[in-house]
Order: sequence, then structure tokens, then C-alpha cells
Amino acid sequence: MTFRDYLLLIVGMGAVTYLPRCLPIVALAQRRLPQWLIDWLSLIPVAILSALVAPTLFAGGEPRTFELGKPEFLVAIPTFLFALRTRSLGGTVLVGMLLFWVARALGVGTW
Amino acid sequence: MELRDGYSAQETETSGGKKLREGLAAAWPICLGYFPLGLALGVLAQKAGLSPWWIGLMSILVFAGSAQFIAVAMLDGGASLAAIILTTLVVNFRHFLMSSALAVHLRKVPRGFLCLFAYGITDESFAVNMTRFRQGGWDRWRALVVNQTANLAWIAATVAGGFAGAFIPRGAFGIDYALTAMFLCLLVFQLQGRIYIFTAIISAIFAVTWYVWVPGDSYVVVASVGAATVGFFLKRWHNAPGRRS
Repeated sequence: MTFRDYLLLIVGMGAVTYLPRCLPIVALAQRRLPQWLIDWLSLIPVAILSALVAPTLFAGGEPRTFELGKPEFLVAIPTFLFALRTRSLGGTVLVGMLLFWVARALGVGTW
Repeated sequence: MELRDGYSAQETETSGGKKLREGLAAAWPICLGYFPLGLALGVLAQKAGLSPWWIGLMSILVFAGSAQFIAVAMLDGGASLAAIILTTLVVNFRHFLMSSALAVHLRKVPRGFLCLFAYGITDESFAVNMTRFRQGGWDRWRALVVNQTANLAWIAATVAGGFAGAFIPRGAFGIDYALTAMFLCLLVFQLQGRIYIFTAIISAIFAVTWYVWVPGDSYVVVASVGAATVGFFLKRWHNAPGRRS
């Protein structure tokens, strides 16, 4: 690829990354939203977080399959409980990392 | 959810320095998680033929981790420019939803600010900022600090990966679990009642099912739109007049 190709690629990718982030917020922040939309949008964060993390815990491989007992999932249980108890974001990140590190070193969940 | 006016409520009381510090404090878990990811991307991009400077420019103009990973893999496989750009659009479509949800907290904010803020809307900054807006005491400036701190960490990590990533052992200190742990904790913060728990479970089931059956990243958008809609109607049905009286 030439210099021009790389530049075109990156600028093109930048445009299609920026527009979906910019258009809704600019369009919606200026007007009064109907209550049903606010109610629906209030469920979006919890739904997105769950959708982002669930496949990491319960699926994997190539081709993709369900997997129960992945180390990611086994470590997620105490990490989740720690988050519930302490409500500390930084603490949860560190505890999760530590547990995952230990689980990997011990070969937990690779069965 | 109550409507908070993120623009006026907190704006006048706090000094700029305090906002900066609070934004930085909220952003550090993201930076921790971005570090191994960014290094990994830098290594892969370099192997696909991008110099560290191209990687840096890409992280500045694109700033979308998963799209960048896919683009690098496609570049390595010899895909066309149009195919890569189209794939990027599809992968990033979930930010359309996140941007819409953030708008609720940024009402009447000047358009110029929103255009700048929108640049930094990622899965991670969205999750952190939405949680903070919900808890209160959060405003657009703190949120912008979160976005841009994460952005700087991402740029630094990807460029560093392009230079030196091959020398760093994989999985050191469990750091590749940082973002998963962060998402888990932010998920806990969002579970503020039965309808939220229900929506989370539905979304997880949808996401895993879709992830296994359909290639690509569409599972995030499909599962979250599906689960939010199911949750929305369930709440309506539950609160309908005649029930629960």
C-alpha cells in the first residue's frame, strides 16, 4: 500500500467512527426527548455492559461455541461479589487482575 | 431514571483543578485496561506493515480499539480499503446507541462541546461516564477528562506496542483481565432494581447466543437493543393501570 492508501484508509475509518458517535448526541441533546425514549435509553447502559462482557465469560474458541467453566468466568464470580460488596471500581479491577493471574498460573478452568 | 441537567447543576461550584483530578481518578481503570490492549494492537499493526507513526495517527483519528484490531487483521489479509472502512462502520454502530444514551445527560450543552466530546465516546468511557452521571456529582467537563485521558493512554499504548510490544510477555500480572473486571464492576453499579437485573440477564443470553451463531460483532447492538426493548415493555406491563393496584 502507498502513503496515499494508508492516509485514505485512516481518514475513512476515522469518519465512519466519528459520525455514529457525533450525530445522535448532537441531534438529541438539543431537544426534549419523549418519556418513553428516556425510559428505553435508561436500560441501554445495563444492556450494553452485559452484552459486552457475557461472551467473554461464556463463549470462545474459533469457531465460536458456548463454554462453561472458562477461567474468565470462574474469576468473574469472586470479582463480581467483590464489586457488589465494596462498590469500588479500582479495587475490583485490581482484584480481578490478581485472581486471573493466579488462576492462569495454577491452570484453573482449563479443563 | 431521573433527568439530571449535567450542564448547569455542578458547573459553577467546583474549580477546574478539582474537576480534572476527579476525571483522572475515574479514568485510571480504563487506562490500566488499555495498556495491554494497545500494546497488543501496536505489535499486530506493525506486523501488518504499519509503522509506529501510522499506528499513532490511526489511534488519533480512529480511536476505536475493536475496529482497529479488525482493520489490522484485514490489512494483513490483503482486504480492500472499502471493505475495511465498511467493516469499521458496522463495528462502530454500537456507539450510535451510546451517544443517544449520553444525550440524556448532556441536554442543552453547546453543540461545539458535543462535537468534541463525541470523539471520545468508547465502550469504556461510556460505561464509566454513564455510571457517574447516574450517581450524581458528575458534569460534562469531568466526563470530557475521562474521554481524553483514555484517548491519550490509548495512543501512547498503541505507539509503544509498535516500537517495543514484542518484548513484553503476554498476560503478565493478569492485566488482560482489567477491562473485563472493570465492565463487571460497572455492571454491578447499573443493577439498581429488578428491571435492570432482568435486562442484564436477557442481554447476556441474547449476546452469547448471537455471538455463537453470527460471526462478527453485531451481538452488542442486537443484544442491547433487544434486551432494552424487552425490559421496557416488561416494565410498562408491570406498571400498567389495573395491575399492582
